[in-house]
Amino acid sequence: MKNKNLYNYILGIADNSLILGQRLGELCGHGPSLETDIACTNMSLDLLGQVRSYYQYAAKIAGDGRTEDDIAMLRKEREYFNVLLVEQPNTDFGYTMARQFLFDVYHFLMLTELEKSTDLNLSAIAKKSIKEVSYHKRFSSDWIKRLGDGTEESHSRIQTAINDLWTYTDELFHQTEADKAMVAEGVGVDVTKLKDAYYEEVNAVLEEATLSVPESKYFQKGGKQGIHTEHMGYLLADLQYMQRTYPNMEW
Amino acid sequence: MTTTEEHINPKLVSILESISDPEIPVLSIMDMGVVRSAVIENDIVKIEITPTYSGCPAMDVIGDDIKRAMQKAGYKAEVDLILHPAWTTDWITPRGRKALEDYGIAAPLDAEADKSVLLEGKQLVKCPQCGSKNTKMVSQFGSTACKAQFQCEDCQEPFDYFKCLK
Repeated sequence: MKNKNLYNYILGIADNSLILGQRLGELCGHGPSLETDIACTNMSLDLLGQVRSYYQYAAKIAGDGRTEDDIAMLRKEREYFNVLLVEQPNTDFGYTMARQFLFDVYHFLMLTELEKSTDLNLSAIAKKSIKEVSYHKRFSSDWIKRLGDGTEESHSRIQTAINDLWTYTDELFHQTEADKAMVAEGVGVDVTKLKDAYYEEVNAVLEEATLSVPESKYFQKGGKQGIHTEHMGYLLADLQYMQRTYPNMEW
Repeated sequence: MTTTEEHINPKLVSILESISDPEIPVLSIMDMGVVRSAVIENDIVKIEITPTYSGCPAMDVIGDDIKRAMQKAGYKAEVDLILHPAWTTDWITPRGRKALEDYGIAAPLDAEADKSVLLEGKQLVKCPQCGSKNTKMVSQFGSTACKAQFQCEDCQEPFDYFKCLK
């Protein structure tokens, strides 16, 4: 493949949204209330819509006859480059919102920079996505505050979720080889530069939610290199079931 | 606001106006502002549409509906999905806004109004049933990607609000 770096760069961005979209989709019919159920599946739909645009572009670059569906459904675990944060299970609504919030703040900052990409396809996808992601961020930030500043039970649960997921935040700002190459070409976003703004914004919301900012300096990584947590295999089994069982099926 | 009129062949306007949004049948795809251009080149109609939301499942159906309507009118059509410039609720025409209200969906206001609801500021979204502005937001996400759920505090009716996207 001629444009291997660009291809891998696009997958790095798109896989985050695919896997998070899949997690949110698991809540379809299982949300804690009708409104939150609908909200989670709406966000899932937005993310999967964005993913289609990315994978269609990636398929064009690959130019080997694979379609967006092949890229989404037929890779092996080690070939997905999403960060570990987005594959973490729903556990309870506190975890679901904490994961969403910790990703949304990053996602919004990243898309704001991607809008300026010299690659017009990526810039157009970013411009479209950012409008949707601003709704996601508003929704998840709102729930962090409601749960944090709610009852004793909701406060303790959301604090536990934030503490547990905190360990996956640092990876958002790690650069891959594809990242470095794309930043040099003016195509990609330098994620290392987003870190300060990210923690500033996250910490401000946590403070308003009467939550404490975790102090742990121990962070997990690996997702961007395809080394995932144990949850990923189960998620993919679910995601890929139909395509693996009935190859090439369409609906 | 970008006008599209100059990119739409007048011969095709009435055909396109006859196609409705599958999720909001009172609204034509023209009033929705999703048709970005429609030209005839060498007897082939080339149409560009843009999605309201990235994941909007109506887009595939709209594409098929366009091809079918064009075929009926004797044209062969190609439909392309474009992302840039990104759709905004400003592109819904005044006629489209009226159709939404008549259908029971509150038309989008501006970004400030959407924010105001969240910050418990001034109430601006009008109930499409009784016209009262004494309304509350139930959820930012509604029955489709483009809508939020509201309830009127006066007539108690729940209703959809077409949320502002800019």
